[in-house]
This record gives sequence, C-alpha cells and structure tokens, in this order.
Amino acid sequence: MGTCLVDLFYPKAGLAGMQLLRNAGVKVIYPRKQTCCGQPSFNSGYRKEALPVARSLIKCFPKDIPIVIPSGSCAGMIKYHWSELFEGESDIEKALSVAERVYELTEFLVDKVNIELTDLGEPTKIAIHTSCSCRNEMKVADRIESLVSQLSKVEVLEQERKPECCGFGGTFAVKQGDISGSMVKDKTDALKAANASCVVSQDCGCLMNIGGALEKQNSQLKTQHIAQFLWDRTNAGN
Amino acid sequence: MQEIKSLENRIDEALNNEQLHANFRSAMSYLMEKRRDQFPDEKQLNNEREVASTIRSNSVTQLPELLIKLEENLEKNNIKVHWAETDLEANNIVYQILKDANAKTVVKGKSMVTEEIELNEFLDNKGIEILETDLGEFLVQLANEKPSHIVMPAIHKNRKEISKAFFDHFPEFPYTEDVDLITQQVRKILRDRFRQADVGISGVNFAVAETGTLCLVENEGNGRMCTTVPPIHIAVTGIEKVVEKLSDIPPLLDILTKSATGQEITTYFNMISSPRREGEKDGPKSMHLVLLDNGRSKIHQNNDMQETLKCIRCGSCINHCPVYTQLGGHAYGTVYPGPIGITLEPQKQGIAELGELTSLCTMCGACGEVCPVHIPLPKLINKLRSEAVEGNNTNDLIEGARSKRKPLESFAWQTWKQVYSNPFIYSIFSKIATKLNFISPKKLGKWSKYRTTPRPSKHSLKELANQAGFDNE
Repeated sequence: MGTCLVDLFYPKAGLAGMQLLRNAGVKVIYPRKQTCCGQPSFNSGYRKEALPVARSLIKCFPKDIPIVIPSGSCAGMIKYHWSELFEGESDIEKALSVAERVYELTEFLVDKVNIELTDLGEPTKIAIHTSCSCRNEMKVADRIESLVSQLSKVEVLEQERKPECCGFGGTFAVKQGDISGSMVKDKTDALKAANASCVVSQDCGCLMNIGGALEKQNSQLKTQHIAQFLWDRTNAGN
Repeated sequence: MQEIKSLENRIDEALNNEQLHANFRSAMSYLMEKRRDQFPDEKQLNNEREVASTIRSNSVTQLPELLIKLEENLEKNNIKVHWAETDLEANNIVYQILKDANAKTVVKGKSMVTEEIELNEFLDNKGIEILETDLGEFLVQLANEKPSHIVMPAIHKNRKEISKAFFDHFPEFPYTEDVDLITQQVRKILRDRFRQADVGISGVNFAVAETGTLCLVENEGNGRMCTTVPPIHIAVTGIEKVVEKLSDIPPLLDILTKSATGQEITTYFNMISSPRREGEKDGPKSMHLVLLDNGRSKIHQNNDMQETLKCIRCGSCINHCPVYTQLGGHAYGTVYPGPIGITLEPQKQGIAELGELTSLCTMCGACGEVCPVHIPLPKLINKLRSEAVEGNNTNDLIEGARSKRKPLESFAWQTWKQVYSNPFIYSIFSKIATKLNFISPKKLGKWSKYRTTPRPSKHSLKELANQAGFDNE
C-alpha cells in the first residue's frame, strides 16, 4: 500500500520501497484503486467521513497476503484504530482482517524479509528522525536503526530530544499552526546541531514538516524517506 | 467565540515568552530524565503499570459501591463525610464547618481539587485567611497566580522569578537567589502559621474504602503539619480517588512517585485514619472529608470515557507532552493542563465551553506511553474530537456534543470523502493534482509561515508503479 501522501507527494519513496522488496525476492502487488486509510478526518473528529474512505480500501486488499506500508502512522491507523472506526459496522470483520495483515515497511524488511543490504554509496553522516507513530504506536522505531546499521559507510549522528514529536500531527499543523511552527523550529534546531547532511525517517508526514521547515530556513540539511535512502545506497547509479 | 479568542491569545502570549519556553523546556527535560532513571527495566515497568492499571480500573468500575463502603468506614473512624455535587456545594460545606467552629485562619496543603473549586477565592471573599503551605503553592499565592502544573505548581518560575515573588512580599529578609535559603525562610514563616491556624485543609491521594484511611503523599512535611497541628482537619477530594483495599496502596504509591517526580519514595507519606483518640497527645480534634463530584459521576456513566477517572494525578503525561512543553500550563486556562487536562476539562465543563482544548494535541502518543495506569489518553482525546463535531446530542453524557461543528470544515471533509472514497474520482483528482501541480496553492495558512508549501509530484505513485511493471492484483 502506498498512502495518500506518498501517492501524490513522495511517489519515489513508495516506488523505492516496492523495489527494495522486489529485489529481495518478494512479489509485490500495488493495487491501483487505493486512496487513503481515513486517518486525516478520523484524527480531526470526522469519523463518518473517514469510514467510507477506509471502506474503499478494504476492497483493494482481498488476498490473504501481508500489506506493507511505508508509513508508521498509516499502518498504525489501520492496525490499531480501524477497530474503533468500524465499531458496530457490518463489515468490521473484513476491516479487521485487513488490519491484522498490516506491516510498516521497515518492520517488514527486518522481521519478515531479513533483508541484507550492501552499501554502495559515498561515506555520509545522517540523523534519524523516528516518527511518533513508529515509536509509540507501532513500536518499530528500532527497525530503521537496524537497517541503517547494515550500511557500512553511513554514520548516524544523534540529535537532542530525538523522541520528541516534530509538531506535524496532521491537521494540527494548520489548526494550531503557531504551536506546530514552534515545535518544528525546536526540532530543526536540534537536527541542524547534529551536523548531519541528511535526515532520514519512516514517515512522510514528519518529512514534509521537517523538510519544509528546513527549506524555508534555507538550510543545507536534506530530508529523505528511509525507503528511498536505502534504495539509492544499495543500487548506486541504478 | 470568546473562549476561542482567549485561548488563541494565551497561546500567542506563551509562544512569545522566550523565558517561559526555556523554563519549561529545561524543567520537562529534567523530569523526563528523572522518571527514566527510576524505570531502567521496561518489562518490569510494564508489569508495574499493568498492576496499577488493574487496581484503578477496579476502583472506577466499582465506584458507587466503594464510595458507600468508604463512607461507612470513615464514619466508624470518626471522620465526618460530606458529599458535594458541585464546586459551590463543596465550598459552602467547608465554609459552614469553619463558621461553626468560629474559625478565622486556615493553613492548606497542596490540593488540586481545592484549586478546581477555587476554595481560596471563595474563603477570601468570606473574610477567612487561607494560606498555602506547599512551597510552590505558597509562591504562586504570593504572586497572585494559578498553578501551571498539577504536581509542581510554580514550575513556570525560574530562580530569579521565585526570588522576586518572595522578596516583594518579605523585604525584611536578606535578598538571595538561592532557592534552598528561600525555602528555609518560608519554613520559618510557616512554622508560626501552622501553630496559630484554626483549621488545616488538605487534599487526598488515595482513600481506602476497606479501612477508611486517607493517604497523603508529600515532600515538605507541610501536609503532615496541616493535618495534625490545627484542631480541625478538613480533607477535600474527588470521588474517583477511592481504592478498594489497603493492599492496593503500595503498588500505586510506588508508581505514583516514580512517575511524578522521579522519586523512589517521597519524604512524607501520611495515612490518616482518625482524629485524635482519647489519651492521644496530638492530632486534630475533629476531621471531615468532603467528597466532590463536579461532573465525575457523569464521566463514570460514559463507558467510552470512564477511564479518564483512573488518573492518579502524577503529571507524567504533562511532563512528556510536547505541546505542554511549548506552552506551559497557564495557556490552557484550566486547572488541569496537558493531556489529562484536555481530556478531563471538556468533559467536566462541556465541549461548547472547552472543546477547543482537544486541538492542543499532535496525537504523538507520548502521554499514553508513560501513563502509570494505562489511560489511553490519545484515544480519549480523539474520541472527544469526534464528540465535538459529530457527537450525538440525544446521548447527553458529554455536554455540548456536536457544538464545534463548523460548516466550512464539515464541507471540506465531505468533499475529501467524495474524492477519497471513490477510486474513479480520486484518479481524476490525482491527474489534475500532478499534471497541473504548478497551480497548487502557494500558501497553506499558518503552515507556510514556517515551512515551504509542498507541491504534488509530476507523477503519482500509480504511474511510477505502472512504469516499473508492478502488478495491480
């Protein structure tokens, strides 16, 4: 599964995830009719609007095979909140059968694929931003660390207050724009102080927030989704 | 509308106060670190949380029965029980006790419930002198402010600001910015006041139904002074503080102090089981407990939200909340700030009044991860958001349900639903968004004040998947 944010804003990250899986010998299907897990409106209180959107996704994943998502927050939405969203609905069983097949991408790469990576890139220093949903909800924040540790020429630098939220929070960034702005400033300050050349994360929401703020500040620090980072480094020039 | 504006103003004020930001940033980092040090083994921590959570769940599900049992056993112990449905009733009960005893001066230990009912203001207006004796509360009272944190009321003040609050009122002492020296001076001032006071008022951390025991956790000894020196002791607490058995106390106490201030144990732990008995030389001659409802029984009736009442007021969710760290406690404008505040206050005071508070959350989940009694705070906050815009008015369990539904926002989500629930419409939308990405909005409100505005990619993932030869099914 791709997620709505990846489909329109980070398609290369989504593609890289699929290529990593394919290269590791996994047969990958990308159902074209998928849209969104329903999280944006669910987190804004509009559950009645989230329901038909989530429901449209069920039809896309009828086969009993794992569903891999390059985002901790979308994976968490389906895995842990669909039960609440579909509560009392006639198709709750179907929804739950989708939910139990969901994996976040790095979780799947480490736990199920046991992927082995060969670093073909130039030596570089990165900082890892572990998203809140990967850390607190999906409990897979350590998977990104373990994948990166396989890359021999990548040094991971630690920033201050690493586990703190970057301030994205979906519509929070618009509804409480100034608080969100202050949070992302604290986050980018900490990341810049780490002196890395790139920030890598499992979630595109965080990257849109952190990356957008860094760009606005004219910082040289780049951001990249973990899937694309891994794909680029293991397939140099490809 | 007044409320929205004032919340906005308070947020502005907090975000523009760099000193405040620095104070909270350093205080919260310190508290998080201290808590972490107390729980080196995650597995053990989770076991302890499970035990504490079960105890509190039992307390809450059996609340009515336990309260009756508590009353019986307290009365057996000669502690008079008073029931108050509202803050006004609670204040009047306290005042009546003071009046009957012809009491003029009161010393008070730290109690959030008395903050909740604004007892100080009430008694002030009746001409009673009431003095806060917890150091933080004492400073907050001197500065004519409200607590900014439920455990550390003066945490918004740094060393300099503390000194100023103190020496503005007590210029006779030699000026210092050494907080330990100030503490000693405050203790001197308080010593006489404890002796002279007609009544001592305290809160309660746990009320044990089985034995009729009131437990009080504190660090400064002022709680023990308030509850033992004056001839009358009045304890005030919320009805949810009851627990079933005495054996429930050790695990709760242990996880409370570790979660709250990162202390393995507090300096004082008081178990109060009766006023002075015949032949005893100290202790108050009479004791009262005021049990306050103030919206709690309504929360109890609401199965979706009942877990709110499990809270043991450790403040850990507050210490770990990144939004609270940005704002501090005063911006919330409520007695309880942070994650527990935005969960509890809209339920108590109604969504029409305080529904906006639920927007002070990024859904990061940090609060739920540290709550010692496993309250699913993010889930409850999310539920309240849905109550605010689409809640069912006939189910009157949360006042003001649906009152925050705004036509424009609702229309936007309807449109979003139309597009995203229909793969065909979405595919057209997606084509327009990617191919005509140069016409996407350049500014997205406040988002663009702090970040560049994202622009859709030229090709969607669907197109890239086609090109790279990935199957559709």
